[in-house]
Amino acid sequence: MSKPLISVRGLTKVFGDFTAVNGINFDVAKGESFGLLGPNGAGKSTTMRILAATSTRTSGTVEILDKDPEKFGPLVRAHLGIVPQEDNLDGELTVTENLFIYGRYFGLPKKFIKAKIEELLEFAQLEEKRDVKVQALSGGMKRRLTIARGLVSEPDILLLDEPTTGLDPQARHILWDRLFRLKEQGVTLVLTTHFMDEAEQLCDRLVVMDKGAIMAEGSPQGLIKQYSSKEVLEVRFGSDRNKEVAPQLSQMCERMETLPDRLLMYTEDGEKLLEQIAAAKLHPTTSLVRRSSLEDVFLRLTGRTLIE
Amino acid sequence: MSAAVEVAEKKKSSAMYAGRPYVLLERGWLAFRSSTWIPVVTGFVEPVLFLLAFGYGMGNLVGDVTAGGTTIDYTLFIAPGLLANSAMNGAIYDSTWNVFWKLNESKLYKTMLSTPLGPLDIALGEISWALIRGLVYSLGFLTVVTVLGLTPSVWALLAIPAASLVAFGFASFGMAVTSYFKTYQQMGFINIILLPMTLFSGSLYPISVYPDWVEKIIMVLPLWHGIELVRAFWFGNITSGVLVHIAYFVAMIAAGLFVTSRRLRALFLR
Ligand SMILES: Nc1ncnc2c1ncn2[C@@H]1O[C@H](COP(=O)(O)OP(=O)(O)OP(=O)(O)O)[C@@H](O)[C@H]1O
Ligand SMILES: [Mg+2]
Repeated sequence: MSKPLISVRGLTKVFGDFTAVNGINFDVAKGESFGLLGPNGAGKSTTMRILAATSTRTSGTVEILDKDPEKFGPLVRAHLGIVPQEDNLDGELTVTENLFIYGRYFGLPKKFIKAKIEELLEFAQLEEKRDVKVQALSGGMKRRLTIARGLVSEPDILLLDEPTTGLDPQARHILWDRLFRLKEQGVTLVLTTHFMDEAEQLCDRLVVMDKGAIMAEGSPQGLIKQYSSKEVLEVRFGSDRNKEVAPQLSQMCERMETLPDRLLMYTEDGEKLLEQIAAAKLHPTTSLVRRSSLEDVFLRLTGRTLIE
Repeated sequence: MSAAVEVAEKKKSSAMYAGRPYVLLERGWLAFRSSTWIPVVTGFVEPVLFLLAFGYGMGNLVGDVTAGGTTIDYTLFIAPGLLANSAMNGAIYDSTWNVFWKLNESKLYKTMLSTPLGPLDIALGEISWALIRGLVYSLGFLTVVTVLGLTPSVWALLAIPAASLVAFGFASFGMAVTSYFKTYQQMGFINIILLPMTLFSGSLYPISVYPDWVEKIIMVLPLWHGIELVRAFWFGNITSGVLVHIAYFVAMIAAGLFVTSRRLRALFLR
């Protein structure tokens, strides 16, 4: 295997006496799409900021293209397109001015940027808003502009911190499609998310983070195979009865998780399990058979759901 | 290799500096084009009002002033001092309030630091912008004064580079100080210090009127050096003392740049 594009070893970040990132290791290969999946406060953004050389680490090593971002900040960032979790557009400027000046920060020639702007306005579907001050954009439009802005410099590596938060479903799917195309062009993607469907769609490989540590690593399908069963049967008996029937039900399946409002039963064949339950004269008020997802992996690893 | 990487590799950049402070001027201009003109106009008008009120009002009472062995008309005496003042005003406006806003509210510098720009690019760029504003103010003031017939000789033109140095010094120092402030109340200190300094630093009368110890304090403050420097060029009265004033401002600029770029790094590259 060729040398990884990004290499992180023993990365630790301490704020005061709070450890936000606790000795994590991972590599990202060129052209790969790599995800950090985890709940609020897991340390995803902190990790992303350290990769982007906009935050220093407490200990450990980070190499991007063989360089330590802390020592060669400007040079490393010239390779990166950064989409932070919170939009930080220049509120005093218009949509096109934002794209233009951002390109200038990279030292790009004006002519180059002007041509690029047209392409990016189309990408962000903001052609009609080109001369509007960004303060007057909707939340989703700002998000799209922030993402487009990260592409001005034609980065080799795109760091996306919760890229689709705040986008409507249609815009989300369009963005996935665009990111997919960038990946085909050889751009390396590193993204954080707490949407499992996003992680499953976009990531070749991901790590599940919780409380500053990596709980598991693998491809979405690999993780599901390793940590969950093929199918999940979700049953509800009403909040009082759930607890009552739980012991009996847990005998019938490989593993069960008890959530406040429903029971998740892990099995290879959900329909068959449902028949068994009916045969035992337990009648759930609702039931649903579905394929296992990363959500189930997360629940297994941490005992908690990803999105409350 | 992308164009951005090519640009970055051509220059010898460090963690602090990408060699591109001028892009901040471009950004300043884009934002300025569409911003309101009111603060610009007031900053410029203030010294002109001082000139009119004191020069023609007080001037009639005071008559002539004797400073440094020469006796001159009062209005003529205060003009260079006010020029230094207007350079300071222009520089301070941008390097304090505007910088405070970009540091704490709009987080503009934080965004810039997530591009290849380094903290020194930002410090140099913003200070240059403030310097330019100071220069524009002093040019405007010089124009007014010339129209009023108060310019003594073509020497007065040399007062402009002198005023730029003054503006540069205040811009640099102002940004450094602002980088330590976290609240608007703290920003209020800037005015508390600026107002007495403006009044007592010898723009309106020679500081020789003070007791010795007050005079010594004033001579430590930057505005006095600025006024003396501009005044020396204004009257074409260049002595070795000018070197001291220049050295004072060079030191102020260097210290300001050093502190500002360190602070930006400490604030945003944590
Ligand atoms: N500048 C800071 N000072 C102190 N603590 C911080 C700072 N930045 C982050 N933290 C803490 O570090 C932890 C991880 O934060 P981080 O923003 O990396 O989480 P995250 O995984 O991105 O979460 P989210 O999904 O909510 O964005 C949190 O507990 C947060 O409070
Ligand atoms: Mg985050």
